[in-house]
Amino acid sequence: MAEPLLSVDRVSCRFGGLLAVNAASFTVAAGRITGLIGPNGAGKTTLFAIISGFQRPSSGTVRYRGEIVTGLPPYELARRGIARTFQIVQPFTGLSVLENILVGAHLRHRTRSDALAAADLVGREVGLADLLDRPADTLTVAGRKRLELARALATEPQLLLLDEVLAGLNPTEIHEIAPIIRRLCERGISILMIEHVMQAVMSLSQHVFVLAEGCIIAEGTPAQVAADRTVVEAYLGHGAAKKLGVALG
Amino acid sequence: MRGLAPIAVVVAVLAAVPLVVQSNTTLNFLVVTLLIALAGQGWNILGGYGGQYSFGHAAFFGTGAYATAILQVRYGMNAWLAFGAGIVLGAAVGAVIGAWTFRAGIKGSYFALVSLAFAEVLRILASVAPITGAGVGTLVKLDLRVEALQFESRAVFYWVILALVAISLLVAQRLERTRFGTWLIAVRENEDAAKALGVNATQVKLGAMVISAAITAAAGCFYTQYFLFVDSGIAFGTRMSIEALLTPIIGGAGTVFGPLLGALVVQALGEGAKLVAGDAPGLSLIVYGCVLILVIAFAPRGLIGLIDTARRRVTPPAKREATHG
Amino acid sequence: MRKPLFSPIILITAILNGLLTGAVYALVALGLTLIYGVLHIINFAHGALLSAALFAAFFAFHLLGLDPYLAALLLAPIFFAFGYALQRLVIGPASHGDDRNMLLVTLGLSVVIENGLLYAFRADTRTIDLPYAFQTIDLGFTFLPIPRLIGFCVVFAVALVLWAIMRRTDVGKAIRAVAKEKLGAQLAGIDVAHIYAITFGLGTACVAVAACLLIPTFYVNPTVGEAFVLIAFTIVVLGGMGSVPGALVGGLLIGVVESLSGLFLGESLGQIGIFLIFIAVLLVRPTGLFGAKA
Repeated sequence: MAEPLLSVDRVSCRFGGLLAVNAASFTVAAGRITGLIGPNGAGKTTLFAIISGFQRPSSGTVRYRGEIVTGLPPYELARRGIARTFQIVQPFTGLSVLENILVGAHLRHRTRSDALAAADLVGREVGLADLLDRPADTLTVAGRKRLELARALATEPQLLLLDEVLAGLNPTEIHEIAPIIRRLCERGISILMIEHVMQAVMSLSQHVFVLAEGCIIAEGTPAQVAADRTVVEAYLGHGAAKKLGVALG
Repeated sequence: MRGLAPIAVVVAVLAAVPLVVQSNTTLNFLVVTLLIALAGQGWNILGGYGGQYSFGHAAFFGTGAYATAILQVRYGMNAWLAFGAGIVLGAAVGAVIGAWTFRAGIKGSYFALVSLAFAEVLRILASVAPITGAGVGTLVKLDLRVEALQFESRAVFYWVILALVAISLLVAQRLERTRFGTWLIAVRENEDAAKALGVNATQVKLGAMVISAAITAAAGCFYTQYFLFVDSGIAFGTRMSIEALLTPIIGGAGTVFGPLLGALVVQALGEGAKLVAGDAPGLSLIVYGCVLILVIAFAPRGLIGLIDTARRRVTPPAKREATHG
Repeated sequence: MRKPLFSPIILITAILNGLLTGAVYALVALGLTLIYGVLHIINFAHGALLSAALFAAFFAFHLLGLDPYLAALLLAPIFFAFGYALQRLVIGPASHGDDRNMLLVTLGLSVVIENGLLYAFRADTRTIDLPYAFQTIDLGFTFLPIPRLIGFCVVFAVALVLWAIMRRTDVGKAIRAVAKEKLGAQLAGIDVAHIYAITFGLGTACVAVAACLLIPTFYVNPTVGEAFVLIAFTIVVLGGMGSVPGALVGGLLIGVVESLSGLFLGESLGQIGIFLIFIAVLLVRPTGLFGAKA
């Protein structure tokens, strides 16, 4: 198997007495959509923060393209090709949609005209073509999610970290945004997504890791993970698998 | 506001004023207005565009003022060189304070507080150190020659400060169009999001601080040449720190012309207060404080913000989009 | 410059005096930390409010013949109401909930109040003459001024009262709820604007009491508050923003530091020592000694 794009190796994170992440290890292969799921409080957000440089782990390493990147600041990771979106979407208020994307585009394009052209392309790609000159704070939730996506894409990443990008969207909106994500993967961008919207993440991901109480408890294809007893119990409680009469593999 | 045309027009109109106005009092009023505008332009770079509110910008004003004075008086340096050195020193002080505070991750209220503290430390030091003349201050000898950067005609002083303001307007305008400026504004709006997009927030803030300090220091250098006297209260006192932040906030923080507009309003208010209630101590500052609160309450984006909001209501959406980007 | 005197008696006296003065600093800092802990803003108007309270105490003495310690009982509720009104009617509405705006509004208030005092009363320094202002208690090896000792005790009494309010009353519980989790408190039906105003009022009342304690041995002029408030900020930063024990311990510590550095460096440089500590603490350990929310 080719070397994974991202490899998280026994990463732990302790906050005072709380062990938020406990020796979690997983990999993200290049050219795939990998899902990271788990019940609330499992530590997904902390893990994400560690991978994207916003949090230092207490121990463990994160490798990107073979190089150790643990503890590097977010801007450095962005320069190397790791981009992320935020769960709570905060556009740059006062700027237009295009100007928002411009900020991301400037990472790879120095002059304003070049960056604007690149930003324009990205904006159209995520379906914001008609809204580019609107003030960013007039966007709906779905629009803001697309903007979040566009900003990150404008940095021309190889690995895109999506932090609950589907949260807060209704089924129609999810239905509209999912193909965009799929297309990105086809374009060659590897994706790691944290998600709660089970149906969507299961249909989008090719490989899934399950995090519960800070530990990786299962991995596999979406079908394998869905049928895993420990996963069901992690979400629904001890004994739930039996109660539900889940057909276990 | 696109291109250099608006700046050129405004500067040209202002430059023509001394040809029409002969009264020394009016010219003095205008010179001081431009002086405060310049100080405000400096604050605007860090506070308006960068969102880092400094409550102690007098630190840079005073550095420029004292440096220009002391280098001439104690070291016999040429006035023009001293002026330049004052700006450089002011920028250096900005670099030191910025490196220290931004690297430590200080922002928001803490930053306001720390900047205030730095200005206060400098004020106390200046009031006791022999090199600054301690409590007595430093007096620059009257020497009405161009080489000494002093002029008999107030109009020439006016044109000098106008030139400096013009440069600051260009700096702000350029900032809006460059990558650095875009990144700075992003840091202001949402630092974490900016970082995730590849912006080295600390470096960007530091850069803004240095530019900001240099511009405000220039105002200080000019002060010394125009008034020929500086002491710790004038240089590092809270009055200048307040005027430096008031002018952009009133006029419109984060805009090119905000500080200039704000300076006119601040000066007009100050003079108006004097006319109505006499030259009592503290009166103009009371007016300033009230205006600050009122502006935040009713027009947080300043006068230019008000004009912009009014314009948006009038212009139909289609036309608006054509002028954007 | 005075030659430093290393005699232990001089040092101990300086330390004891520092503790006494520090207690009053602590009270001022207490008000500030309370406001920060709940509203999450630094109240830049704190110093001006102290100046105003000093003038109030001065006039209470000269016009009403009130002894400052009695005046405290009168001024505390008056300034509580004043602080409540300021937050409810001016600061809250004007800031539209934005932290940066709140900073500017409190700055504006400080400018208005301080210069209002300047305009009304000029810059002359005034003092009051209390018959027992210079009386001291003889400790055997040194003397301690009585007003300062009374001040020390009052400060701890006030701290106890505040503690009781916070722990035992419904209002106190509401305040703690809002401090911890504003949204949750709102959802639970707590009127956040009211709580904010009460907290601001309490902070202002602390300042009023502190003024009454200061006035027997200190002077009154419009800019005194400024000097005190930077000291108060230093204490709050040192002790941890929002931490009550931090404010108390920090106050005592700073009082001692000021006293000792005044002894060795002289008055004005002693002040610098405090600012430098302030800057150093912020840069090195922003969460303070008691490590509260930064």
